[in-house]
Amino acid sequence: MTRLNLDQGQIDRARESARRIAHRVFDDMSQFTTTTVERATLRLMGVDGVDDNQIPLPNRLVSHLQELGLLQHGAAAVVAGAMAEHNLTAQQVAEAVAAGKLVLARPKHDKAARQSAEAIAAKMCDHIAAQRVLRAQQIEKVGEARTPWLYLIVATGNIYEDIVQARAAAEQGADIVAVIRSTGQSLLDYVPYGATTEGFGGTYATQENFRLMRAALDEVGTKIGRYIRLTNYCSGLCMPEIAAMGAMERLDMMLNDSMYGIIFRDINMKRTFIDQFFSRTVNAYAGIIINTGEDNYLTTADAFDAAHTVLASQLINEQFAYISGLKPDQMGLGHAFEINPDLENGFLWEVAHAQLVRQVFPEACLKYMPPTKHMTGNIFRGHIQDALFNVVSTLTGQNIHLLGMMTEAIHTPFIQDRFLAIQNAKYVFGTMRDLHDEVEFRAGGRIESRAQQVLAETVGILAEIEKIGLPAAIGRGTFADISRTMDGGKGLDGVIAKSADYYNPFPDLMLAGVN
Amino acid sequence: MTQQQITENWVKPYGDTMNDGRVQLSFTLPVALDENAKEAARQLALEMGLDEPAVVHAEDMGQGFSFCVLYGQCKHRVDLSRIKVAKPEFETLDKDAINALIAEKMGRKMVVVGACIETDAHTVGIDAIMNMKGYNGHKGLESYHEVRAINMGAQVDSEELVARAIEEQADVILVSQVVTQKNIHLDNLTRLSDLLEAEGIRDRVILVVGGPRISHELAKELGYDAGFGTKSYAEDVASFAIHEWTKRHAV
Repeated sequence: MTRLNLDQGQIDRARESARRIAHRVFDDMSQFTTTTVERATLRLMGVDGVDDNQIPLPNRLVSHLQELGLLQHGAAAVVAGAMAEHNLTAQQVAEAVAAGKLVLARPKHDKAARQSAEAIAAKMCDHIAAQRVLRAQQIEKVGEARTPWLYLIVATGNIYEDIVQARAAAEQGADIVAVIRSTGQSLLDYVPYGATTEGFGGTYATQENFRLMRAALDEVGTKIGRYIRLTNYCSGLCMPEIAAMGAMERLDMMLNDSMYGIIFRDINMKRTFIDQFFSRTVNAYAGIIINTGEDNYLTTADAFDAAHTVLASQLINEQFAYISGLKPDQMGLGHAFEINPDLENGFLWEVAHAQLVRQVFPEACLKYMPPTKHMTGNIFRGHIQDALFNVVSTLTGQNIHLLGMMTEAIHTPFIQDRFLAIQNAKYVFGTMRDLHDEVEFRAGGRIESRAQQVLAETVGILAEIEKIGLPAAIGRGTFADISRTMDGGKGLDGVIAKSADYYNPFPDLMLAGVN
Repeated sequence: MTQQQITENWVKPYGDTMNDGRVQLSFTLPVALDENAKEAARQLALEMGLDEPAVVHAEDMGQGFSFCVLYGQCKHRVDLSRIKVAKPEFETLDKDAINALIAEKMGRKMVVVGACIETDAHTVGIDAIMNMKGYNGHKGLESYHEVRAINMGAQVDSEELVARAIEEQADVILVSQVVTQKNIHLDNLTRLSDLLEAEGIRDRVILVVGGPRISHELAKELGYDAGFGTKSYAEDVASFAIHEWTKRHAV
């Protein structure tokens, strides 16, 4: 394996800064819970479904607890107490509350309520652990592709049509299918219920949609002899709930960034930091590979000038992931091929950036994103841009390879767009399979110098962020040139200070389960 | 009555000889590949008005789909002299000239409120026009010292945008729409203009829409003052805005 000469001391310093940055945020945020963390907890305890107005029962129940001032204690013990007292299931408690037949109160026997909540949680953990085992068995049985895995998107807005497209994509060579969410779901403060047949720009992330697509991919995977990984979006105002649903239905990957919602969806910072911790704990336990969103920085900031912000953010994302129990091979740290094609030697800088990320995170399941910002509608040129992206991906040993579409910037991909994209990637990956073993980076050459420069800038920016703290750094527009404040953005009303006796059985059980 | 003589100017695609009409196209047929599928592709091209169509490549894509690449000779031609494309009539100035013109004509800063509205989550368009940095070397409106540029970002409700426009006494409302699946952008844009009418401020603002699938013609149809597609920059939008403002305030 050909390698760039990088200063390990600088890498260690950067990682150490990121560790302190992440821990400080975690410590500050651990005194809070959120409405969606509590709803996720209830979902994991078996609450599902909607009322007559299509409002999900987890929302009804959490609103009830919030109105009574009980949410600060954590929903789990209160609901477990009611279950014991009235001899009901969690679902029946939710239904009774929604029907106005039951008013919840603090459990009469707090210790017993906690014990019973923990027993319910342990049962759900067993189910999720079994899903994880099932995944491993399936992969063992049908096999899996070698990396870079080809990652394809389906986005028809109808889950049944998505299934047709996903099966076709898998047959053509896709290893990962991502089902795009309906536009705007990130800002819904609830998770819609049931199968989606009319979404805009995608389908809703719902438990039923997850289940339908998982079954379809299992079937086609068995047919073609390759396990097909399913991806969805664990982001927005309901991150923890989507993680819970994905864990129950055996999704394999989740878009799950620690800062993306803050920066790109103007979701409140506290809300996001709290939610990302819980959702990542669930993802970690379920064996799900998270995908982070640094590639997005480069769609607004310049890919050359802002390269160090990508690496800095990846290091921060890595540390947040460790806190939640994720292992390096579950960290799909994101970056992208977005340098302006008109920049002389731009390809060299792409190689430098991708190889730098590879060496800083040798065990991570890196996710590499194709050109989007500089795709023009000239599909012929676009196909070449995608081919160059494919070259960098194979040359630098990326793991998750999101396929570039020559029709990017025109429409959601047609079936032949995907077909041609897969052909392009397979051609490049095949014809250059072992090129990385045959060429070396010239010591002190342009590529190496560029990587060293980005690394040095990363050390600098992380030291700066450490000094002022991550929230202040985001406030200064450090990432993606977008500035956000601690008390701005959507969803702050769902942030609740925990009382001293706050209880939630899941984080401890799950963290213990992965370690 | 004098009849004006229009000089006809017929045009058709060019391959390597004038008026050969050569075109290329590719498409998918939802059938497994066999000789019948190829013949179907050829006959479709004939129906599309292509002479001597040739299926130069056909490939089975699995799941009962076939991909075809074809060449043919277009039978049709059009008369360029009869074509009239709607576009906003103004001259694009550079940043300094725009600033000078705003100072001269308005005597105050021009207020521009922008957003990507409703469910559309893409900030890329509105950022390219409004943010300091701009796009492709063209600085955005925030960098114009005679413009007060307020970028509300993406997924902004129309109500919120209108409220902000009223609060800021906006001269210009700039809307971006990127997602066009199932024509959702048409619903969103109509909703915004209806709302402005209902609030009684439609005539007071210059209403501009931009996006990769937006044309000036479409914008006019929807009751907007101008529409900007790809390859439009802050100076195009600002030039139009000050031109339009001047026109409306001409005594």
